[in-house]
Amino acid sequence: MTPETATKTDDALHRELEKTWGDKPGIWGSLTSVNHKTIGKRFIVTAFCFFVFAGILAVLMRIQLARPENHFIGADLYNQIFTMHGTTMMFLFAVPIMEAIAVFLVPLIVGTRSIAFPRLNAFGYWIFLFGGIMIFVAFILNVGPDAGWFAYVPLAGPQYAPGKRVDFWAQLITFTEVSALVVATELITTIFKLRAPGMSLNRIPVYVWSILVMAFMVFFAMPTIALASTSLILDRLVSTHFFNPAEGGDPILWQHLFWFFGHPEVYIIFIPATGFVSAIIPTFVRRPIFGYTALVLSLISTAFIGFGLWVHHMFAAGLPKMGQSFFTAATLMIVIPSGVQIFCWIATIWSGRPIFKTPFLFSLGFFFVFIMGGLTGVMLASWPLDLQLHDTYFVVAHFHYVLIGGAVFPLFGALHYWFPKFTGHMLSESLGKVTFWLMFIGFNLAFFPMHILGLIGMPRRVYTFQAMNGWAGLNLLATIGGVVLTLGVLVFIINFFINRKRGELAAENPWGASTLEWATSSPPPSYNFLHIPTVAGRDTLWVQPEDQPVVVGIRSDVRQVLITKMLDAEPEHIDQFPEPTIWPLLAALSATGLFIGSIFNPWAVVWGSIPVTVSLIAWFWPKGRKAEERPPKEVQQNLGEQKLNAQEEAA
Amino acid sequence: MRARQINWGFLTWVALVNTTVAATTQSSVDPAGPQAQHISQLWWVMLYLLTGVFILVMSLLSIGAFRRRSKAAETSGRNVIQTDSLRETKMARVVMGGVVVTTVILFALLVSSFIVGRTIYSIPKEPTVLTIDITGHQWWWDVRYENQVASQIVTTANEIHIPVGRQILFKLNSADVIHSFWVPNLHGKTDLIPGHPAETWLKADRTGVYRGQCAEFCGHQHAHMAFEVVVESEEQFQAWYESQLKSAPAQLTSSQSRGLQLFLSKPCVMCHTIQGTDAGGKVGPDLTHLASRQTIAAGALQNNRTNLSRWILNSQDVKPGNHMPPIPLNSEELNFVLDYLESLK
Amino acid sequence: MALLPVALTVTSCKREERNFNTPPPNVSEAQTNPSFKNPLEENAYSLSEGKRLFSQYNCNGCHAQGGGGMGPALMDEKWIYGARPEQVFATIVEGRPNGMPSFRDRVPETQVWQLSAYVRSLSGHVPKDAASSRDDHMQGKPPESRTKEQPIKNTSPP
Repeated sequence: MTPETATKTDDALHRELEKTWGDKPGIWGSLTSVNHKTIGKRFIVTAFCFFVFAGILAVLMRIQLARPENHFIGADLYNQIFTMHGTTMMFLFAVPIMEAIAVFLVPLIVGTRSIAFPRLNAFGYWIFLFGGIMIFVAFILNVGPDAGWFAYVPLAGPQYAPGKRVDFWAQLITFTEVSALVVATELITTIFKLRAPGMSLNRIPVYVWSILVMAFMVFFAMPTIALASTSLILDRLVSTHFFNPAEGGDPILWQHLFWFFGHPEVYIIFIPATGFVSAIIPTFVRRPIFGYTALVLSLISTAFIGFGLWVHHMFAAGLPKMGQSFFTAATLMIVIPSGVQIFCWIATIWSGRPIFKTPFLFSLGFFFVFIMGGLTGVMLASWPLDLQLHDTYFVVAHFHYVLIGGAVFPLFGALHYWFPKFTGHMLSESLGKVTFWLMFIGFNLAFFPMHILGLIGMPRRVYTFQAMNGWAGLNLLATIGGVVLTLGVLVFIINFFINRKRGELAAENPWGASTLEWATSSPPPSYNFLHIPTVAGRDTLWVQPEDQPVVVGIRSDVRQVLITKMLDAEPEHIDQFPEPTIWPLLAALSATGLFIGSIFNPWAVVWGSIPVTVSLIAWFWPKGRKAEERPPKEVQQNLGEQKLNAQEEAA
Repeated sequence: MRARQINWGFLTWVALVNTTVAATTQSSVDPAGPQAQHISQLWWVMLYLLTGVFILVMSLLSIGAFRRRSKAAETSGRNVIQTDSLRETKMARVVMGGVVVTTVILFALLVSSFIVGRTIYSIPKEPTVLTIDITGHQWWWDVRYENQVASQIVTTANEIHIPVGRQILFKLNSADVIHSFWVPNLHGKTDLIPGHPAETWLKADRTGVYRGQCAEFCGHQHAHMAFEVVVESEEQFQAWYESQLKSAPAQLTSSQSRGLQLFLSKPCVMCHTIQGTDAGGKVGPDLTHLASRQTIAAGALQNNRTNLSRWILNSQDVKPGNHMPPIPLNSEELNFVLDYLESLK
Repeated sequence: MALLPVALTVTSCKREERNFNTPPPNVSEAQTNPSFKNPLEENAYSLSEGKRLFSQYNCNGCHAQGGGGMGPALMDEKWIYGARPEQVFATIVEGRPNGMPSFRDRVPETQVWQLSAYVRSLSGHVPKDAASSRDDHMQGKPPESRTKEQPIKNTSPP
């Protein structure tokens, strides 16, 4: 089914599809592309670059904290650095990279030619990129935010945070939240309406379920932070009083709004990572995942319960004690679905034949690190204990264990696993193992001592500490571990650069996996599949017969896509998708102008909306449909040819 | 491979125990009061229980990963294992069992949290022995001992004395941004949020000096906003309290009196109070009994002549961004001022 | 259109500086140079420090939040002793007849420059993006960042 093994008819079909679906050439082609793979790849690379920048910031922090009363970085710069580290990791790396990988993979896994709303997809990437550039330029110009990634008022408010630093932070939220919302929209629509015929809901891979759940969580969580950051900008720019206790506002309102978003945010990051693990484990133990239904239900219940936990970030804020017990209970409750997932994965491994390649190693590392993080989370859930541990290095240890263990390790596993599909080459397996061990050892060396530091009294967000407290040794150890962890990431980057063009060529399905993205070439052609597949069962490639039928009747000379029904993926109708266009980029640029302008002057919202409106009008200006423009005679001819092709295929 | 990892975990766990036993001041696992004691017990119970859970799960994972480990590194080809529904059902029962055990453990932890929570908030409150008002400022602690009789109110900064064995009420407020009042040896932390006056009760069961530190990011010098809680016997506390009630000494040597003159004509007088003199500034800490304190600059420096002179001449070198400006004094003037400040016992 | 925000961002260097140890502007240079500009007027941190000191040193006692009382209003167009930065500096350091005390030696020079910058911001004479925003107190007047620049009318003492 690849161009290489094509018959003459297949070859002609491939050329026609490539002409229809391919990007335009050159720089103009890059800027106008609406292809989910082109956009997905650049999205992944950009988000990974932000990961590296934020990692460098972390190394700087660790160097400053290697000794007591160190003078490597001063107080003001350190506060900017730790704010930028958290902000970049949470808003510019963690959520975007999960969405980016999904943008690339989900259309392939569900068996369609494109993501839903391709132009919106392009817009989502550009607005994310411009937001990220804005905040880093701001940081370099000394106007980077310095009030923490959580920006508690009144410290982040107009009186105690002079200048425009916090305003840039608040607008970054706007950029990234718009990007996350539009991508979530596309993913939900793709998963519900663009699946290959036969891929009923109970045949979708667990990874795709995880993306669906993540996208719904984005819908409910992101508007809250948008509301919060908008209120903050209004307080700072035009003197509203949302958070001013003297005029009827409340600093605790900020905390509620922020954490109502902030807690689901970490599950938005974690749930797709569990999807990676659910995709990798079956492949490397050679059996279908155990407990499909339980896994899916766990994802959904984690999402629901995840919205009911946020006050556990506020246990020291003086809220009523009975309420605090409720949130302790909810926080403990969410361990149950996570536990179900872990037991199902262990059962899968137990009854399989594990093959210890790099993606699988990262999954094992995930278990060790994430479970330890989850257990310290159980400790923090208990509000009396949290009163001692809150805002100490114990919490820093906990969330790095769950985020790096629960998201970054599966992510690196995923990058090694799907690298052949992204680029057509294999990464080096030995370098991959070196990456894993350096990261695993470095991570534990860096973050385990922090549990102890928190217990013996070291608070968070301190640019230095004093020798008398006895924290020096553990801090030095943590710094060394941080360096080792960085080396691991560096090895990965080297592996990437060596192998992305010159590595061993990858076959269609180098891992012998079961999902549909492995049923086309590595990398896939611009049109994904020569023929849209149909699906006979879960773990598609492992269960379907050689002569599984394909979809016919969809034109290959225009961008036609098959829309199917939500529950059982029966074909419903055919839709035509847009051609490459420059308007998403221009709309993103004008929106950027509006957002940045409104940091300085409220009138920017008014004047800035003019170019935005113009670009949106141009974007949505109705274009004729190519299908109807064609004279009937040609249409007849094409249909006839395709019927012939289908008959030949069946023969 | 797995076994080596577990051993490493054990070693660090042992190191944890040793380090925490060694740490005394500013440590939540070295409790000196009933609230910290209850919380610390909850901590140890959870640590042992959850470490056991961790070891169990990791063992299951390790055994599962290694017992039928594939020697061949081949993943391509159709060597897929067919699942057999009887085995799947058996495994499902084991998984269900695991879920049930998890739920039971979580419920037990919920109940113990609830009980500990209730306990630490219902430690019998004696008719109020002492009420201390703490106001958090960027980046120092204002301490005021309440009293019905105005002349019996003690105002100090950054160092709190309390008698051992008595339940003390702390009323917490912030003058600017959110801070957090935390003495790990005695109790968990309570945030100081503008617009939300808070209260906490502390009780110390043994004497000693316990260090506290601000635990909510509050700006440039959050890292240097510490304080000390000096727990002493009832007699020592009363003696301290009596001496704090006194105004600054009136009888001064000539050098001290030159120092006072300088204090009143330099920036010092704009921000600081010294009872018994014309200095009544309310912006910075009360200095009436500066020389009786162990530390200066909110726990950033030991209180001695060298540090005091460093602090006065350029506090921005010690705590960059703090609200005390550099004070221009030549060395003769500085000596007079230091002589005077050292008299403020 | 996209360039304007870029330009605004680039000019942020002076606005966002947080130097805690820089020496203050030279007073005699300020008084002899007719085109002297107080660099602190473009620095948001200094303006917010000026606002803090204005309240903490009790300038409010005579000048309220700029509306005046025992002392003249500071947010209007009338200036009795000069509106230029070094003139306001002199007012604070020397004191003035009719009740303005002298704060020489008691308020360090850097802080006087911060106060001078803040006082001028009360009538809108500093860049709007550096001027301070609302306080977390009860609102007595629009904040300095939303204060229109007043003309300068030199008047004689009342």
